[in-house]
Amino acid sequence: MKLGHLFWAASLSFLIGESVPATAARSATPLPTAPQPPPGVPTRGAEIYETKCGACHSLDANRIGPKHRNLFGRKAGSIADFHYTNALKRSGIIWNAQTLDRWLQNPVAMVPGTAMGVRLSSAQDRADVIAYLRQNSR
Amino acid sequence: MIDAIAMNSRRRVLTGTALSLSTVGALALLGQTTRAAGSVAASPNVGQDVQLLNAALALEDEGIAAYQIGAESKLLTPDVLKIAVTFQGHHKQHRDDLTAAIKRLGGKAVEPKTQADYAKSLGTASLKDQAGVLRLALKLERGATNAYLGLISSLDQSDLYLLAARTASDESFHAAVLGNALGEAIPQKAPMFG
Repeated sequence: MKLGHLFWAASLSFLIGESVPATAARSATPLPTAPQPPPGVPTRGAEIYETKCGACHSLDANRIGPKHRNLFGRKAGSIADFHYTNALKRSGIIWNAQTLDRWLQNPVAMVPGTAMGVRLSSAQDRADVIAYLRQNSR
Repeated sequence: MIDAIAMNSRRRVLTGTALSLSTVGALALLGQTTRAAGSVAASPNVGQDVQLLNAALALEDEGIAAYQIGAESKLLTPDVLKIAVTFQGHHKQHRDDLTAAIKRLGGKAVEPKTQADYAKSLGTASLKDQAGVLRLALKLERGATNAYLGLISSLDQSDLYLLAARTASDESFHAAVLGNALGEAIPQKAPMFG
């Protein structure tokens, strides 16, 4: 354990009245786990999709971005009559709840060179939109 | 009046990364200063910004086309038509600002689609009255406001933040006017966008 960690662990133990050694306190702390995404609500997702995605996307027409019906299970960059960036075509991504959540958090970080820059920073908003997109897939 | 806003019906040739000149070369052609050339060339993410700005440009092209279709629909009263033409003029200014920024970064601006393409993708054949035209315009303006706000955190060049924020403000102004024209209630909760 680094000296700094020992100091903070000891300080915290002191502040909360713990008497166990700092090393023991650390080993008893559960390992952090990845936060579970909140359950999505498709009806709320439809509203968010309309207001935050609807400038560029729709379910059934290619516009600024590609159409989204039957998105789940689709390979990124695979709609035949839409012109994708090379970056997305080469990404190898298959759209599912996990990949969509990463994508909507920060598309530029996930696929550098993409033309999509809009992010959904709220985990709940992402979950709702993903639930809506799942509902509109086969 | 409609003639005054005649559409540019050039066929779009979407061009992938749309980068046709090196950044430094393009800036030299545009007569930029050495300092400006250095600052742009120093960033590895210029091409990324060009992609994002081209998506915004495509959004503006669609908005211009939507107002054109509305203006030619004969569904708008003269007063509303005047507002639609004014808003379309704002979108043309946005288009020009974005095009200038893309060129400054050494990129190539995407061309608009045909008006028939926009009519099809926006489903404008189903518009039957003025309220329908206004609802479509409101949907696009609201979406554009959120799109520009959502774009800011993805842009690399800090001077583009203002461009995106300024444009988002114009779109939100349009949305407010259109919402009022449709009799929509003032939203009770803030923030309304983003």
